[in-house]
Amino acid sequence: MAAKTLTIDGKQISAEEGETILQAATEAGVKIPTLCHLEGVYDVGACRLCLVEVKGTPKLLPACTLKVAEGMEVSTDTERLRKYRRMTLELLFAERNHVCAVCVANGHCELQALAYELGMDHVRYDYIFPRWEVDNTHRLFGMDHNRCVLCGRCVRSCWHIEGAGTKNVSGRGARSKIITDLNQPWGNSESCTECGKCAMSCPTGALFRKGSTVAESERDRTKLEFIVNAREKKQWNA
Amino acid sequence: MTLNDLSQIKETELFARKKIVLRCCMAAGCMSSNSQGVKEQLEKAVIDAGLQNEIEVRGVGCMKLCCEGPLVQADPQESLFIKVTPESAPSIIASLNGGKPDVNQSDPHAAFFAKQLSIVLANSGVVDPERIESYITADGYRALHEVLTENTPKETIEIMVNSGLRGRGGAGFPTGLKWGTVAKSPGTKKYVICNADEGDPGAFMDRSVLESDPHSVLEGMAIAAYAVGADQGFIYVRAEYPLAISRLQIAIKQAKIMGLLGSGIFETPFHFNVDLRIGAGAFVCGEETALMMSVEGKRGTPRPRPPFPAESGLFDCPTLLNNVETFANVPAIYRNGAEWFAGIGTERSKGTKVFALAGKIKNTGLIEVPMGTPLRTIVEEMGGGAPDGGKIKAVQTGGPSGGCIPAQHLDTPVDYESLGKLGSIMGSGGMIVMDDSTRMVDVARFFMEFCMDESCGKCIPCRTGTVQMHNLLDKILKRKATARDLAKLEDLCDMVRNTSLCGLGQTAPNPTMSTLRFFRNEYEELLQPDTLGTDRNAS
Repeated sequence: MAAKTLTIDGKQISAEEGETILQAATEAGVKIPTLCHLEGVYDVGACRLCLVEVKGTPKLLPACTLKVAEGMEVSTDTERLRKYRRMTLELLFAERNHVCAVCVANGHCELQALAYELGMDHVRYDYIFPRWEVDNTHRLFGMDHNRCVLCGRCVRSCWHIEGAGTKNVSGRGARSKIITDLNQPWGNSESCTECGKCAMSCPTGALFRKGSTVAESERDRTKLEFIVNAREKKQWNA
Repeated sequence: MTLNDLSQIKETELFARKKIVLRCCMAAGCMSSNSQGVKEQLEKAVIDAGLQNEIEVRGVGCMKLCCEGPLVQADPQESLFIKVTPESAPSIIASLNGGKPDVNQSDPHAAFFAKQLSIVLANSGVVDPERIESYITADGYRALHEVLTENTPKETIEIMVNSGLRGRGGAGFPTGLKWGTVAKSPGTKKYVICNADEGDPGAFMDRSVLESDPHSVLEGMAIAAYAVGADQGFIYVRAEYPLAISRLQIAIKQAKIMGLLGSGIFETPFHFNVDLRIGAGAFVCGEETALMMSVEGKRGTPRPRPPFPAESGLFDCPTLLNNVETFANVPAIYRNGAEWFAGIGTERSKGTKVFALAGKIKNTGLIEVPMGTPLRTIVEEMGGGAPDGGKIKAVQTGGPSGGCIPAQHLDTPVDYESLGKLGSIMGSGGMIVMDDSTRMVDVARFFMEFCMDESCGKCIPCRTGTVQMHNLLDKILKRKATARDLAKLEDLCDMVRNTSLCGLGQTAPNPTMSTLRFFRNEYEELLQPDTLGTDRNAS
């Protein structure tokens, strides 16, 4: 693997060929906001929060799927990007129901953390508040579609780490919905292995372990990375 | 199959040709007004008159003047019968020997027809789309023969580059460059895909081509496959086009039987198969990466590019993806040469473009004009202007990704750059004419609603930004919005355009932005005074 030299926010860095801008930036200590990205599963470039500017390219590109190239000049924190990121968050907060005070994930929520971090202190758009049901049919877990941001992390963990293929997406546009099997109540699912990886993956309070109070709801993300490391790099130490 | 066999089929067909040919349109438009019944009655009337040896009744593809269907044309008399009913069949047959038929006629040399230049539609309305022999008689599959026996793949690509053909799906990427990139991409397995998921409201060019001349698309795909080194092709056609699907199925079967698809085509080592994949009703599957996901059997959602399909496409193999009209141009380019094609059109937009002319205009239907033809020629001369004395206000091109061109810009030539400068796009060829009864904010809301419904939901700006923009447009129309809402709308247009994942989201604001550019007063007239005082909510 050849090394590549590039500039991120004016900082000269070197990265391995095949690495993404997000990986290279993280290594170099540059933080790029992400939501649909999850260590351990492949990236899809859906949330658009990690969009960066690349010199010579008119389009904004997602850092999570963009591969490093020699001489690339990347800006991750321009005025324009900050504005778009705030708007993206505003759109998310207005889309379903994200009232932190009464959420199981309050204080442990990536959406909430992003809002603090990016200075999204108010929402200019009309709250849509669609009525989504809560699926509490599973004995261990619950799914509150009102809190879902459709990042697809649960689906990817379910298919590519656990290999169960229980979770999926149905519908399209604003009517998109995370479903269990062929849109069955979760409790009736025969493919679900009850591994809980979906709940570990969820950035918000949409997927949760039953009985978890706000204070308890901490997720064990390291387990996902552990399994991937074990499988791919044959490293068995956590 | 050899060149000799092709010539023999042509000779046999020409030998059997009868003195008079009655061409009867059997494309979806005319069939919806019972051209099937017209054709049956014409056949019966021919037998009743005992003229079976004199007159051939031929089912053909689209005869272009869709608003006057069902259409029947008699040759060599050049009589074009319009709005034909099954009952009028005997009188049409009787008129061929010099009587007066009790059915209306139109002038096949009127501006609507005379200003057209047919390359893609050359066979449309002429050949029988359900008989490969009919296509071969129009010199079909000769270009494929010549390419396979006389050109290397490299030379084949060179010809395409020299022709200057640009993608007819809307964006206008140079076709030769795309072919060259796929050919150069490493990999032993490559695919060719024809995008027939035409979904813009008001657009029916690709449907007409598939219904009228499916073999030209197959031949174009085979030539492309030879050029890039692919052995498998897919045509992704939407399920809403059952007639196009059935004609494609017939065409593929006939081509296979004749050895024009399959292995050892024209006794060369080249082999190529084409399969159909039927869409399931999602507009976004016309976007190339979503289309390929759908062909793979997955949920049809786009993925970020790069990597581009030319490098890593279907099943992660290099894939050439072109639109129906692009492929339909290919056989003619190889039959007549790159220079011939490059001689048509403008400096940077070569050849012709097919448009589906619809909306508030007298003559609706299918037209094919050289690139660079002014919009005014299309709308006023060919289309005959607005019906009922109305005044043309704007022309919408490019569907939900395009924009509205106001009447004062009607002298704009139709080419990729000129339309782009006006904030619209060439698009795949939908052209909707609007008269002064159309409210532009309504138009913007209609297209925004379309994009909102068709967003796949994967990326946030498109999924929820379109909902917010639609709500704001709705609020403006209901006279409940203020200047602040309009500013919010414009801000969202900019954000959704720049941050969405695929073309659907990136172009969803176009109809709103272009109507704001040319018809801003119509928005402002609907605004209410802001009673909130200081602008606390501004960003």
